[in-house]
Amino acid sequence: MIADIQQLEKDALAELGKAVSEDALLAVRTKYLGRKGLLTGMLRNISQVPADEKPLFGKRCNEIKNLLEKKIDEALQGLNKGRKEQELAGGAIDVTVPGRSTRPGRIHPVTQVLTEICDIFASFGFSVVEGPEVELDYYNFEALNIPPDHPARDMQDTFYIEEKTVLRTHTSPVQVRVMEKVRPPVRILSPGRVYRRDSDVSHTPMFHQIEGLLVDRMVSFADLKGTLTAFLKKVFGDDTTLRFRPSFFPFTEPSAEVDIRCVMCAGRGCRVCGNSGWLEILGSGMVDPAVFENVGYDPEVYSGFAFGLGLERIAMLKYGISDIRLLFENDIRFLRQF
Amino acid sequence: MLVSLKWLKDYVDIDVPPGELAQLLTMSGLEVEEIKTIEPKFSGVVVARILSVKQHPQADKLSLCEVSDGTQTYQIVCGAPNVKEVHMAPLAKVGAVIPGGYTIKSTLLRGEKSDGMLCSEEELEIGDDASGIMQLPGDLEPGTPLEEALGIGDTVLDISVTPNRSDCLSMIGVAREVAALTGKRIRLPKVSFRESSEDISSLSSVTILDPDLCPRYTARLIKNVKIADSPVWLKTRLEAAGLRAINNVVDVTNFVMLETGQPLHAFDFRFLEEGRIVVRGSEKGEVFVSLDGKSHTLPEGTTMICDGKKPVAIGGIMGGLNSEVKDDTNVIFLESAYFNPSAIRRAARRLGMPTDAAFRFERGIDPEGVLRSLDRAAQLIARLSGGSVCKNYLDEYPRKIKKTQNIPLRLDRLQSVIGADITAKEAVRILRSLGMKVVSGGRGKYQVEPPSARVDIEREIDLIEEIVRLYGYDRVMPSLPAVSASEMSAISRLGLEEKIRLTLTGSGYSEIINYGFTSPASADHLLLTKEDRRRNFVDIQNPLTEDQSVMRTTLAYGLLETLKKNINNSSFNLKLFEIGRAYFNLKTGSLPEEKNIVAGLLTGKISDDLWGGNKAVDFYDLKGCLENVFYDLKMTSCRYDAKMTEPFLHPGRSCAVVCQGVTLGYLGEVHPDVLRQMDIKNAAYIFEISLDLLDGLRSGKIVYKEISKFPAVVRDVAFVVPAEIEAAKMLEIVNCQAEDLLENIVIFDKYEGKGLEAGTKSLGLRFSYKAPDRTLTDAEISSVHEKIVQNTIKATGAKIRS
Repeated sequence: MIADIQQLEKDALAELGKAVSEDALLAVRTKYLGRKGLLTGMLRNISQVPADEKPLFGKRCNEIKNLLEKKIDEALQGLNKGRKEQELAGGAIDVTVPGRSTRPGRIHPVTQVLTEICDIFASFGFSVVEGPEVELDYYNFEALNIPPDHPARDMQDTFYIEEKTVLRTHTSPVQVRVMEKVRPPVRILSPGRVYRRDSDVSHTPMFHQIEGLLVDRMVSFADLKGTLTAFLKKVFGDDTTLRFRPSFFPFTEPSAEVDIRCVMCAGRGCRVCGNSGWLEILGSGMVDPAVFENVGYDPEVYSGFAFGLGLERIAMLKYGISDIRLLFENDIRFLRQF
Repeated sequence: MLVSLKWLKDYVDIDVPPGELAQLLTMSGLEVEEIKTIEPKFSGVVVARILSVKQHPQADKLSLCEVSDGTQTYQIVCGAPNVKEVHMAPLAKVGAVIPGGYTIKSTLLRGEKSDGMLCSEEELEIGDDASGIMQLPGDLEPGTPLEEALGIGDTVLDISVTPNRSDCLSMIGVAREVAALTGKRIRLPKVSFRESSEDISSLSSVTILDPDLCPRYTARLIKNVKIADSPVWLKTRLEAAGLRAINNVVDVTNFVMLETGQPLHAFDFRFLEEGRIVVRGSEKGEVFVSLDGKSHTLPEGTTMICDGKKPVAIGGIMGGLNSEVKDDTNVIFLESAYFNPSAIRRAARRLGMPTDAAFRFERGIDPEGVLRSLDRAAQLIARLSGGSVCKNYLDEYPRKIKKTQNIPLRLDRLQSVIGADITAKEAVRILRSLGMKVVSGGRGKYQVEPPSARVDIEREIDLIEEIVRLYGYDRVMPSLPAVSASEMSAISRLGLEEKIRLTLTGSGYSEIINYGFTSPASADHLLLTKEDRRRNFVDIQNPLTEDQSVMRTTLAYGLLETLKKNINNSSFNLKLFEIGRAYFNLKTGSLPEEKNIVAGLLTGKISDDLWGGNKAVDFYDLKGCLENVFYDLKMTSCRYDAKMTEPFLHPGRSCAVVCQGVTLGYLGEVHPDVLRQMDIKNAAYIFEISLDLLDGLRSGKIVYKEISKFPAVVRDVAFVVPAEIEAAKMLEIVNCQAEDLLENIVIFDKYEGKGLEAGTKSLGLRFSYKAPDRTLTDAEISSVHEKIVQNTIKATGAKIRS
């Protein structure tokens, strides 16, 4: 009898293996496990099994029954899953077709740089101030220690409106206007459009500058170095190498140009840095006592530093733009890239 | 300033390589922009002695020369007429390369062997003389490479000199700086020459009529000069500095200017009428021809150097054609003067003559160098031209030039300004290395006197800068300022701009930046009326181009120009905006009014997607975008007034934007005439909104309103109304009935055309009813709804469209 059920198990598994449809699986189930099924029949006839084989016979029958049930259920589930998958596959779309949306507009790269710089200096406690673009000669030059007929005026080729009115050549006049009204401490940032009579690959007659001024008691050149180092590392990365180089601005003394290691060639020398390995990034210096005297601050009590940089230059370096004029062409194919 | 290192070595020893020297100079404030190498344009050319010259047997014009390079003798065939007079000459040996890339070969010339070539200046591109072979000084060693013998080949530093460092517009000035940086001593040229017995004062005189213009004028007279070409060493020096050699007198004046920083001028004495000099300011309308042959109408008060009768030079700027040194000049009147820097600058600018002399005078020359340079030039002219210098010099010095001395310096001040513990010893060492006299007054106080050439040093802060500059900026350790609280308030409009930027970019608009200036024709292109305020331009006196000659009064024109440029590049679908200023001439003498504006432009298709919805944009797309801006600013009460419009907008498709009675700006379709004039074929929509006004009106306040848990019931009604009734009017009529249950009312449809009577349109209104505390019954809603609908019909004469 044991041999019979062994054979039955073998047959059933073989048939199960061939059953690929739901109907075939159900037929196998009925054939072996149904009320009139072969296995059911065997169990029903257990009384005819010799007494010493009975326990083993019963155990085997149950094992086979469980095995078959499990196998059939799994096969049925598998079939079901496959059908669902097939259904979903029929509803597939081409995900590579471009999405449908209002494409967001872009913020001008100069504005992006401006915002970044303002944010950094806001974290140092600087507030943004503004002033007129059509400016008095006094604020643009004289109050900044640049008298009429002074050679330093050559540094900035000027558009004149009237004899004593100019398009501001830098945003420095704003610091004078603020200092005339506010007592120290002063920590201000004046961004904006400035104008110089110059037009070529690296100059446009209008560009943007951002100027900063910090005045307080006991502000030193070391503080200038610390503040500008922290700032430039935030803009160009922590591993930026910089150098402070003596220079001349009429409204600061001592004055410093700040250079960073060329971001294009890492200092090896290239076209962008004119083979020097360095890029001029900003001008800075300790506010000249003469400027303080012009606004009624006592230079023996207060000291401070000022700095200025061109936003276009930063944008060009950050984004690898070689011609400054592109920034004002307003070609949408250009603007979309930022 | 081009600085030849070979020349510089005349005044200071340099034992660092050029790159390192450039670095030292750059890091102390004399920025070296470029290091140029000058190389000879030939190779294989040596100094040769001409041993004998014979006639070529076959050719009249050729000679057979026997020449020696010290070790070997060569036969050279030479065609130069002067070969018999020359003893030492450059020999291009076989294998030598001369300018133009010619390689010298051994050849037969009319049957005679020639093992090389004797060269002229011109053939070697050393000078212009092509008349014969070049005559070399007799004391040269034959066989020496020519470049070595003549000192050709050099390294030149291109130094960018800041306007304060007039002292470094001279070789000696740069040498002083190099000496201070490298711890070397400076060597000044020895000035000595023999004077003739004839006293200058018996031959000439100087009168200064305007001492403000010319505080000091000195002169010497040199007789019996022979004008000729300068020797090679002098030409090489000048060329390395970027100047062209002219003759032995003019070249000396230029050489001394470059050496000492003092511009000089040489007159031909025979052209100075009455043999004297008068310095005066020019009169109105005076005309003068400078030595470059150009005629100038002089601005009044220009410094004029005159003889007894007429002007002979524009003082400090350029000499005159009528008195320049000529080939047959015999007596030189040599000028060395100090001119008022501001006056020179003013005149040079007005005349458009930024000469080397003016450049130095306007920055301030060494007041004590005037005489020294005069004598230095007299010495060289006498030496090079064989002239004799008359006894004594003329020195009119009516106004003492201020000399700075006794500048106080406090060590503690130095340390606090720099934020570094620079010691007294080091500070004093640095100042002395720069040629300053330092006297200690005890307790960290000093009195300092700068050298006379350092006209930029007048105050303590100037000394502090000098000290830290040479101490080394990189030795100052960075620190962060300890700052006290400050109560500066933020500009609220900037926050507004940031918000608007976000809204507009979110709606697909990209930011542009146009120049602040524009073409005055923009006003006509925009069809502005004669009275329009936007014609009150701020004019630029010296614009780069006519298109940039006035400050803009609207951002619209720039947007349209941008549109045109993009269309030319086949970018047709544009959403652009700009945030910037417009400038209005108030014509009151005060500064112009500057208004902050946001402006936008829309054109083309709604979307760039080719397969998606591809409808052309219209007025309502732009309006929707503006509504989003107002929504973000929590401004709910904006009105669109079609009665107020702009000359450059389509009269039927434009309006003013009004909020709380304030007109903020406009929006609308650009007038077809404007587009046609600007040659734009695509419809465009623009807006301009005042940021200043907007900032005053926006409310940041948000008050949360409870969301009703009960459902809203919606009723749609289509009203047929006369075409001229605006949607806003319909909404207003409904809204002013102030029914509590009416939660919201919107336009959901707008239709004109087929099926409707001409002159009418259909407006679909969607009414939503809701109560905060209960579900409304049908009856409740109907009674309110009917009332509203009937009132609306009554007020407008509308019919219900079925």
